[in-house]
Amino acid sequence: MTRDAHALPGVEPDAGKLGMWAFLASEVLFFGGLFVAYLYGRTHWPQGWSGASRHTDVVLGTVNTAVLLTSSALVALGAAAPARRLSARLLWSTAALGVLFLAIKGVEWHAEWRDGLVPGVDFALADTPGAEEFFALYFVMTGLHGVHMLLGIALLAVLATGARRDRPWAQARQVEVAALYWHFVDVVWIFLYPLLYLVSRHG
Amino acid sequence: MSASYLTDGLTIRSWLATTDHKRIAILYAIAITGFFFVGGAAATIIRLELATPAGDLVGHDTYNKLFTAHGVIMVWLFLIPSIPSVLGNFLLPLMIGASDLAFPRINLLSWYLYVAGGLVTLAALFLGGVDTGWTFYTPYSTMFSNTWVTLVLVGVFITGFSSIATGVNFIVTLHALRAPGLTWFKLPLFAWAIYATSLILVLATPVLAITTLLVVAERLFQVGIFDPAFGGDPLLFQHLFWFYSHPAVYVMVLPAMGVVSEVLPCFARRPVFGYRAMAWAILGIASVGFLVWGHHMFVSGQSPAASLAFSLLSFIVAIPSAIKVFNWTATLYKGAIRFDAPMLYALGFVGLFTIGGLTGLFLASLTLDVHLTDTYFVVAHFHYIMVGGAVMAYFAGLHFWWPKATGRMYHELWSRIAAVLVFVGFNLTFFPQFLLGAQGMPRRYHTYPPEFQVLNLFSSAGAGVLAIGYLMPLAYFAWSLLRGAKAGDNPFAATGIEWQTRSPPPTHNFEIPPFVPPRPYDYDAQESGPASGLEVKP
Repeated sequence: MTRDAHALPGVEPDAGKLGMWAFLASEVLFFGGLFVAYLYGRTHWPQGWSGASRHTDVVLGTVNTAVLLTSSALVALGAAAPARRLSARLLWSTAALGVLFLAIKGVEWHAEWRDGLVPGVDFALADTPGAEEFFALYFVMTGLHGVHMLLGIALLAVLATGARRDRPWAQARQVEVAALYWHFVDVVWIFLYPLLYLVSRHG
Repeated sequence: MSASYLTDGLTIRSWLATTDHKRIAILYAIAITGFFFVGGAAATIIRLELATPAGDLVGHDTYNKLFTAHGVIMVWLFLIPSIPSVLGNFLLPLMIGASDLAFPRINLLSWYLYVAGGLVTLAALFLGGVDTGWTFYTPYSTMFSNTWVTLVLVGVFITGFSSIATGVNFIVTLHALRAPGLTWFKLPLFAWAIYATSLILVLATPVLAITTLLVVAERLFQVGIFDPAFGGDPLLFQHLFWFYSHPAVYVMVLPAMGVVSEVLPCFARRPVFGYRAMAWAILGIASVGFLVWGHHMFVSGQSPAASLAFSLLSFIVAIPSAIKVFNWTATLYKGAIRFDAPMLYALGFVGLFTIGGLTGLFLASLTLDVHLTDTYFVVAHFHYIMVGGAVMAYFAGLHFWWPKATGRMYHELWSRIAAVLVFVGFNLTFFPQFLLGAQGMPRRYHTYPPEFQVLNLFSSAGAGVLAIGYLMPLAYFAWSLLRGAKAGDNPFAATGIEWQTRSPPPTHNFEIPPFVPPRPYDYDAQESGPASGLEVKP
């Protein structure tokens, strides 16, 4: 009863973090819809989907997984870094790895475009039922993941600039909230990678 | 004494760039009122067309576009944001003794996203419209409909972001910004309802977002995740769509229950009966509400085992809903009841929601649903919940907190007349539709056999009465702004914390920290004499 309602017009200490968790819960359901569609496709066209998934580039996909996991480690260090300048450098490194991930993804997309794996006219695997649906979902899933990466890179770049100048809105607390988002985007990829590249590649 | 939020800055910019939750609530109210009357105009043409059996006013294409426009606008641009974004925005910080929401700038962003999404949707509807119905069932929406499906879905997608941002904001606000001593079980039930609603907004809206994206992708790539011609599954679309759209019903009706739980105790001068049960029932409805979506698909070719489970779960939602109705009734028992306008609307809600809820059980019954699917019985049922329930409660709330928001009283006699007109007009419009549906009249046709005309005429006449009831508040609220009597801080002697500050409240809500009552709805203590804690201004 003694708290002055004006003293903290903005945000209580944990509000940003809690807000991010609530938003990430929403994101889980967003990608969840895609995973349900994937589940339907795999059970409905088992042959078509295992055949189509062999046309993804497993080497580049694996390299990208390593890139993203490293970036997540860097952002965690950036959130924990005691000095603002060190934090800024780690955030820039994270963002750079994010850009590298998107560049590799771009190379993959380009190769798939060249090989006629983009759904539409002249689809290369047109005689395999379900292959086109696999690649439609592949592009939607990796595309939406890429959009999330872009937003994350922008967020990290802004925070890195602010952290370097020790701005009040770029302290450890804010970096931690951004890192949560970055980890989430990483975790989404941890699910996409096996589903799109690995499953039924054996034999 | 600092300026009230209404006079703190008088430029257009001070409104459009505001981060004050109260001003944002007013911005929402203005936008939502606009969309409400556009959607209402579509309904008016629909009812005029259905006054006669022949299709003599509009052709079938236009008719399809009209009911789609009516559904899309009313669901996404009116009902979903109405109570949470207008009343919730205005009241939540006031009810918990905070100076604003947790993220005031995100709150403003929500409004801009809502308006942007609304304008895109409206543009699509005016450019040529959409004929799929608000449900966008595939494969019609993905392969066959040659209308503005993509643009409307983009609009709906954008408003979805607004819903999610608002939901996150409310959740964090309730966790982080409650006044010291205001524990969860001292919160007003309206705050509980907004909390549960926010959980649904955050967890269900993204599924709609991804579904609209997949439909758009299917239209662009010409592949068939949902289209059986390519081996896709239209049931998958229906599962994803109703996973959002059924909980969305609770986004409309839970906040309505919250409003009614504030109004009834105030005008019966009694504490809410079974406060804790009421709070748990809100959470119960919100959680079980996530598990009943399959009852929209009993005749869609869903597996009978799944239908059985969904039917059972739908009956289970009726339990917390019934707890609420019984407790509202028990709240009235031995109360000193006053029939002010908010009370009339709230009592209307309880009656109409009960009818809407009980007819929902008819539809949740597997065998009966086969007969009633896609008939006017369904139309009547969900209008009893959404219009009889959510809209009645929205009006109850608008009247109840009007003095707080504007500092002036509404015109009591005119508002009572409007409340009665809405109640009578509503029943005249929609009760005949139960009978029409039971007799087998299908929904979404612009012509019908002549033997259905008498009941349809009743319905169209009722729609006219309803329209007058909805237009009247525009006039007397405008009058109240100019000529209404000064309201005072607490004209209804209500117990909520929001009544402790001035009317209209100052920009930062409370000039002195509010007093947190030992328990909510303490109307008994209040009656014991004016010297009780509630009357003491700290």
